[in-house]
Amino acid sequence: MNIDLTGTTTRQIQDALTQSRHLMGGPAVGMVLTLIIVTDESAQYDAVRAATEAAREHPCRVLTVISRDPRGGTSRLDAEIRMGETGPGETVLLRMYGPLAEHADSVVVPLLMPDTPVVTWWPGGKVPKAPAQDSLGRLAQRRVTDSYAARDRLGTLAQLADGYRPGDTDFTWTRLTSWRSLLAAALDQDHEDIVSGQVAAEPDSPSAELLAAWLSIRLGVPMSRAVSEGPGITGVTLTTTAGDIVVHRPDGRVATLCRPGQPDRQVALMRRPMAELLAEELRRLDPDEVYREAAARFAKDLAGGTTREGVASDPVSATAEAAKTGPAKREVADREAADDASATGDDGEGAAGGSEKA
Amino acid sequence: MTDPANPLRDPRDKRLPRVAGPCVLVLFGVTGDLSRKKLLPAIYDLANRGLLPPGFSLVGFARRDWAHEDFRQIAYDAVKAHARTPFREDVWTHLSEGMHFVPGEFGDPGAFDALSMAVKELDESRGTGGNYAFYLSIPPKAFPLVVEQLQRSGLAEREEGSWRRVVIEKPFGRDLRTAKELNDTVHRVFPEESIFRIDHYLGKETVQNILALRFANSMFEPIWNRSFVDHVQITMAEDIGIGGRAGYYDGIGAARDVIQNHLLQLLALTAMEEPTSFSAEAVRAEKAKILSAVRVPGDLSASTARGQYAAGWQGGVNVRGYLEEDGIPAHSRTETYAAVKLQIDNRRWAGVPFYLRTGKRLSRRVTEVAMVFQQAPHLPFSETDTEELGQNALVMRVQPDEGITVRFGSKVPGTSMEIRDVNMDFAYGESFTETSPEAYERLLLDVLIGDPPLFPRQEEVELSWEILDPIEEFWASRGGLDQYKSGGYGPDSADELMARDGRTWRRL
Repeated sequence: MNIDLTGTTTRQIQDALTQSRHLMGGPAVGMVLTLIIVTDESAQYDAVRAATEAAREHPCRVLTVISRDPRGGTSRLDAEIRMGETGPGETVLLRMYGPLAEHADSVVVPLLMPDTPVVTWWPGGKVPKAPAQDSLGRLAQRRVTDSYAARDRLGTLAQLADGYRPGDTDFTWTRLTSWRSLLAAALDQDHEDIVSGQVAAEPDSPSAELLAAWLSIRLGVPMSRAVSEGPGITGVTLTTTAGDIVVHRPDGRVATLCRPGQPDRQVALMRRPMAELLAEELRRLDPDEVYREAAARFAKDLAGGTTREGVASDPVSATAEAAKTGPAKREVADREAADDASATGDDGEGAAGGSEKA
Repeated sequence: MTDPANPLRDPRDKRLPRVAGPCVLVLFGVTGDLSRKKLLPAIYDLANRGLLPPGFSLVGFARRDWAHEDFRQIAYDAVKAHARTPFREDVWTHLSEGMHFVPGEFGDPGAFDALSMAVKELDESRGTGGNYAFYLSIPPKAFPLVVEQLQRSGLAEREEGSWRRVVIEKPFGRDLRTAKELNDTVHRVFPEESIFRIDHYLGKETVQNILALRFANSMFEPIWNRSFVDHVQITMAEDIGIGGRAGYYDGIGAARDVIQNHLLQLLALTAMEEPTSFSAEAVRAEKAKILSAVRVPGDLSASTARGQYAAGWQGGVNVRGYLEEDGIPAHSRTETYAAVKLQIDNRRWAGVPFYLRTGKRLSRRVTEVAMVFQQAPHLPFSETDTEELGQNALVMRVQPDEGITVRFGSKVPGTSMEIRDVNMDFAYGESFTETSPEAYERLLLDVLIGDPPLFPRQEEVELSWEILDPIEEFWASRGGLDQYKSGGYGPDSADELMARDGRTWRRL
């Protein structure tokens, strides 16, 4: 069922939702959360589709906030309600014109499902500086951003790490889950002491930085970054005293696990679609402390300029290996620093645009 | 085995799933229905979700003249037809590379030597590390033979740092004596902690759902006792007949097939006290306690009922009666419906009867546990107001759509005061579990990870037989077996069993 309401109010939207629920015999029963999507007209289609797919696992009310022409003089609210066709739950597209776009929270608040969690998701590149401070982010227990979609990916991620509040999370972290679980499984087996490591990925990859940061925190050894052609992360090497444990994924599909003294093994390691990432985020609504630690380490390294010096001073890892890999890392760090500098201007604008829109 | 000191594992890191370590799964009886419809698809689904280790290998063993390719083709068809997750070529390619087939008879030592060679070769070529799980999807009478061969060929011998696990399916014997024999057979070769008894109807998901409902909430436990509960009905009804299982089913019957394991396990989970923790050990201790408190009523003729399905119409199809099924002797006295009334002798449940029923060819497929509550002690309404009001009930639905139903009285809209029973539904499927894993996925993963599952240990199996044995003996000593109409609600004697207590079964 589709209902279009132009020049409407939240009261009318609520009435329409209640009425259509009665007509359809209660498909809204059992909704577990409200998902707010903050997006624009060009990105809304993919985002709503992903949300609808994720809603099969987590039935929810999806409120899509689309700001249209915030510079216009008069405020107007158009709503489009979709129900029962695409899956469980309800989807409401809210298009806001004029000054109203600055006060989207006033529209969203009355439409939240009572007494259930709220998740806010910014699928596009316009990521607020501090999601928890954002007027729509404040409503949510879980705030999901995607710094990969931003123009300055690394800078955005560092900024998010600085503004972190419990409940924040980023898709660049979610994308790592399959990598992290494969690596964790590889280390479930006996292995010699790990002395250093390397993450190879396409340049400008926040996921690779997070993976390196996470590994260096957990393993207490220095991790360097190598640049490859991609796609995404192409390999992780963990150097042990007995040789290298390598996970290698050149094509973005199939990973090969090599361990010293054992045959190579292959396993499918897919890059996951957006709906799966979102579903994973909706599965856990508690603060992701492991993400916080990894992001904070990354931000610290990025700001430090000489980057992973912090790692070397780590008590566990103050080894000769750290010194040996030093120059290579420095090179990467310099490159990152340069990227960061050139992108700062853009980023400032981007973030300002984001908060303006919200 | 999981190294507890793995630095990448962090209890706060809930995104990381448990992944099985390198291993070989050896599947006996790979040509069976279960393998094709459940096991092979579940293995694929696990691989697709990234829960199987790189290099995971699957060895099929059966009495077929197949090459590896034939086995892969069978597996491919099975996965295509029955897998829960979408088919991905990459996943399949790497999974099928690790699929091997060893032809042979269970009694043929040469075949087991070939099997032994095959898995050793996989250790070399795929790095499976000498870890083997044996899944015995075969008739129980073949168990001794296979277990003995596993021992003789050295397959059951474990080297330092590797593991052996064996999975057996119900029925775990056909009475206390045979259950013990079976257990001794398997124990001669495998220690208790490496034996996994699988009861797929009672997937871990169900067990955990029931435990969560009871012990994570505060609103149910206070009324979970004789002061509020009138009686409990535990039902497993099937709409199908015995199908192709005549050889297995005849002589076993509904009570041994279903009550001994599924229904008594459900009873234990419903009635047990709160375990000190959710460790397998603590839950098992509570289940054993409640099962040993179960008392079979003295007068079995008044508290049990059984029947056989007769020909009739079920769901718009004209179906045969049990005695006309292929492979069933015309004078078989095997029951296809069984109902028993049990008491639990403890402070919480004294005087609250537990009615267990199961049957084939009934109107509908349903498994549920219904707590039926006492009537309100006083109703401040006139009698005409509450004519339609029954007893409150809390129903834990196990299948087909897992969830919870609460039944309570509500006023009918209108000017007159009239109160009628209504249902309030919560469906797990609706809220959380479109992608909830099939029971077999959980089970297989638990086996491969070596997680001591929340599944029956030998003690519970034996306690269940102690409950059922006197009933089976009583039935064996009595002639006559009611026939009941296919597609109905079971034999009249089962309704009379309830009527004697002034109660009725919940309509299926």
